[in-house]
Amino acid sequence: MKMNLKFDYNFICKTILQEQLGALNLEYKINSLSEVEFKRKPTEKQLLQVTKALKHYGISIIVDQQSALVQRIKELITELINDTEKSSKYNASDYLAEQLNYSYAHLSSVFSETTYSSIENFIILKKIDLAKELIIHKNYTLTEIAHELNYSSVAHLSAQFKKTTGLTPSAFQRIINKRKENE
Amino acid sequence: MAVDIMNIVLADDDSDDRLLFEEAIEEIDVKTNLSLFKDGKELLDYLLLPDTILPEIVFLDLNMPIKNGMQCLKEIRNTDALKELCVAIYSTSSSEQDIEETFVHGANIYINKPNSFSALKKVIDKIVKINWQYHTSALNRDNFLLRL
Repeated sequence: MKMNLKFDYNFICKTILQEQLGALNLEYKINSLSEVEFKRKPTEKQLLQVTKALKHYGISIIVDQQSALVQRIKELITELINDTEKSSKYNASDYLAEQLNYSYAHLSSVFSETTYSSIENFIILKKIDLAKELIIHKNYTLTEIAHELNYSSVAHLSAQFKKTTGLTPSAFQRIINKRKENE
Repeated sequence: MAVDIMNIVLADDDSDDRLLFEEAIEEIDVKTNLSLFKDGKELLDYLLLPDTILPEIVFLDLNMPIKNGMQCLKEIRNTDALKELCVAIYSTSSSEQDIEETFVHGANIYINKPNSFSALKKVIDKIVKINWQYHTSALNRDNFLLRL
């Protein structure tokens, strides 16, 4: 036996969106079939869940090309900084250009246009972020951290830490320790 | 994810300071949406409304009537819906002890109120841009401390 079917695409798509987004407990509004508005900004984790749930139905979230490239740049920088050996061999600009097949000048201008920050500034921010982790969780000495993050000296690390955060590494450590005591 | 417009709130009882802040923030590159409050109570009442879109950054003056900046900060950190907010303390005090205490109670940023308009603009520009990175990159916000 054969059966003929008639589809209401708008209805189908709306139902899928309602079922999937509803299941994730997000407050949302469907503005049109191609635009959903969230009452509160979803967390990274929720966003991943939404992406995954919708992908199952062939629905993908449109992210513009520039943002996608910036995201890749950030991932590569993180990877490079976390790998002491690799980061002592490559300088970031060569590494990014090689991995992404674009000139560094191009990457640099896309990054600055999209993020209000230069790649160089982002690298510093990221390195100091990692330095903080090492200070707090691994109790590394500054000498060890300087080595781990390829700073030429402890003085250079301390100066960059102070310039980026406005605090010395020891003041930072003291504040975090006091926060823990207060918990 | 991309943040197109950054929502910012400021609580300050001094109307001139509010005005200057508003003018400064209009002149920076990042697109912002600013809401102003006269004291900490007004601000917290607003943040706790169910329809409020939570701001990417909260600027708090330390000395305010009714509810001061420190009380506000503590309430924000003790309220589940608000405790992830990025809080910048904005004050004329430059005592090291005050500064450290605000950080210990959960402030992310401490700013000494600059005494010129151009310095204020520079400080706000720097904060908004760094904060933007914290909202769009995998940086650990628990460790976000900045003193300016």
